[in-house]
Amino acid sequence: MAEANTAVSEQNVPFAGAGTAETVQLMVTVNGVDRIFDAEPRTTLAEALRGTLGLTGTKIACDRGSCCACTVLRDGLPVCSCMMLAIEANGHSITTIEGLAAPTALHPVQTAFIEHDALQCGFCTPGLVMSCAALLEHNANPDQEAILDAISGHFCRCGTYPHVMTATLAAAAKMRGDDNG
Amino acid sequence: MRNFTWGQAQTVMDAAAAASVTVADAMLSPPNTNGQAGASIVKAGGIDLLDLLKEKLLTADRITSLKELPGLDVITRTEDGGLRIGAAVTLANLARSPLVLRHYPALANATAHAASPQIRNVATLGGNLLQRPRCWYFRAAEYRCLRKGGGHCFAIHGENQYHAIFDNQLCAIVHPSTAATVLVALGAIVECADAMGAARRVRLEDFLVPPDEDVHRENSLRAQEILTAIELPALNPGTRMVHLKQGETDSFDWPLADVAIVFDLDAERRCKRAAVILGAAAPVPHRAKAAEAILLGRIIDEEAAKDAAHAALADATPLHKNGYKLPLFETLIRRAILRAAADLHA
Ligand SMILES: Cc1cc2nc3c(=O)[nH]c(=O)nc-3n(C[C@H](O)[C@H](O)[C@H](O)COP(=O)(O)OP(=O)(O)OC[C@H]3O[C@@H](n4cnc5c(N)ncnc54)[C@H](O)[C@@H]3O)c2cc1C
Ligand code: SF4
Repeated sequence: MAEANTAVSEQNVPFAGAGTAETVQLMVTVNGVDRIFDAEPRTTLAEALRGTLGLTGTKIACDRGSCCACTVLRDGLPVCSCMMLAIEANGHSITTIEGLAAPTALHPVQTAFIEHDALQCGFCTPGLVMSCAALLEHNANPDQEAILDAISGHFCRCGTYPHVMTATLAAAAKMRGDDNG
Repeated sequence: MRNFTWGQAQTVMDAAAAASVTVADAMLSPPNTNGQAGASIVKAGGIDLLDLLKEKLLTADRITSLKELPGLDVITRTEDGGLRIGAAVTLANLARSPLVLRHYPALANATAHAASPQIRNVATLGGNLLQRPRCWYFRAAEYRCLRKGGGHCFAIHGENQYHAIFDNQLCAIVHPSTAATVLVALGAIVECADAMGAARRVRLEDFLVPPDEDVHRENSLRAQEILTAIELPALNPGTRMVHLKQGETDSFDWPLADVAIVFDLDAERRCKRAAVILGAAAPVPHRAKAAEAILLGRIIDEEAAKDAAHAALADATPLHKNGYKLPLFETLIRRAILRAAADLHA
């Protein structure tokens, strides 16, 4: 036991990156662009996105993984960026609300949110849009239950849920090329 | 959150050595005191750990990630036909694993409905079993309660609507892991490894620690030890299992009550083996022994389910704000038994 103890307390578990004593250097692909920046290990991904990278579309509300306003995609999967350290995005691909739309047009989910009035104050909206867009990426024809599950972690205090439902169904129909929705 | 240094363990031995102290022990001394100085903690998904750090219930000088450990995030069949689930498998991957869906559907169901999709994409099964309780006094730095090394339980005569209805004399937490309810019912084994590479295997039911054994921890994980896997025993062909939960809302949150039923029936629907485990009922998943005894040898019908559900609650000791849990549990148990009897792998 003693031998293992010494070995570990003196060993620096390898981590790629320079940085300073307090910070580490990270390389994260954010919205398709490789971004290199320094962050303290304690910095959350939400803080790094908003503060260091200036991508303030991602919102921080509860900061405890309980409202999903900070939802971004990590390698395509929705995660709460407030409950993930920036250091854990190192080498991964992150998509934020700023990166969802094509350069010339909004994402169909964004358009549907506007058309179906699926937002009021708008603070939770970027997170909700990310979750609904991620759902449609994996499920082209979701039923109401699938949409309810996808947005089950989101808090919207304006109560836009029914419109989020219709907007997402409409976006799905549009993306399938079946435009009656 | 105070700053810390960061590491990524490459081997199980490195990882175990990096856990200089258990989170439970570190939290016995108030944060930012010498008691917690130098704490080196391991991290899986970090959902519970970041919460403790942000709330300043815990401070750590070093955090070591377990996410790079090879083999910790896979699910494999064991030689005897059971299942071995690596401790770092995420709840999302567990819930959609074809092996789990096919052979242990109640476990898939319990993990598919725990927390939110965002959390399930990150949270691991090991972390889920080791997360600290949700008691709001425990989670508030202002209350140095019994479980955190203080001298008093604030819940027993306080706001206890989400607390235990069994074994609640000393500390009235309910065990926070929904997966644990099903895993105990299935007779799961946890495997731990220490910094020398030695492994120990213990039934999850014995690994979890009730307050009268030690009020300062929920499990017997030691310093310099990590959880490597959860093993499920092989099932008999006729085994039936169901997990049902009742939450305050239909969206995410810890359940107010949940029930796991596992039983073997013979050709006449006579019960040969029964496990009735209640979650959100006691400081550890609660085995309703009286209900199990009633089911054993009985043909499972409405009457049997009703008798078992009633017996399960007979020795409950609700607190002044959680009496509502009794009818909730009675209904859930009855429904779960009937559903398990109705269809194989409900
Ligand atoms: C909004 C919300 C709702 C939730 N609802 C539910 C619910 O309904 N049901 C439910 O069960 N849970 C629920 N949770 C809790 C969540 O599932 C757990 O916090 C999560 O599973 C913890 O896993 P993790 O991998 O993130 O653990 P971490 O936070 O990384 O770790 C938890 C603890 O275990 C230790 N640890 C982790 N892995 C190991 C290992 N392999 N060996 C040794 N030590 C280890 C860490 O040091 C830490 O102390 C909810 C959480 C949130 C935020
Ligand atoms: S129930 Fe347990 S954790 Fe909650 S206040 Fe009482 S002693 Fe503390």
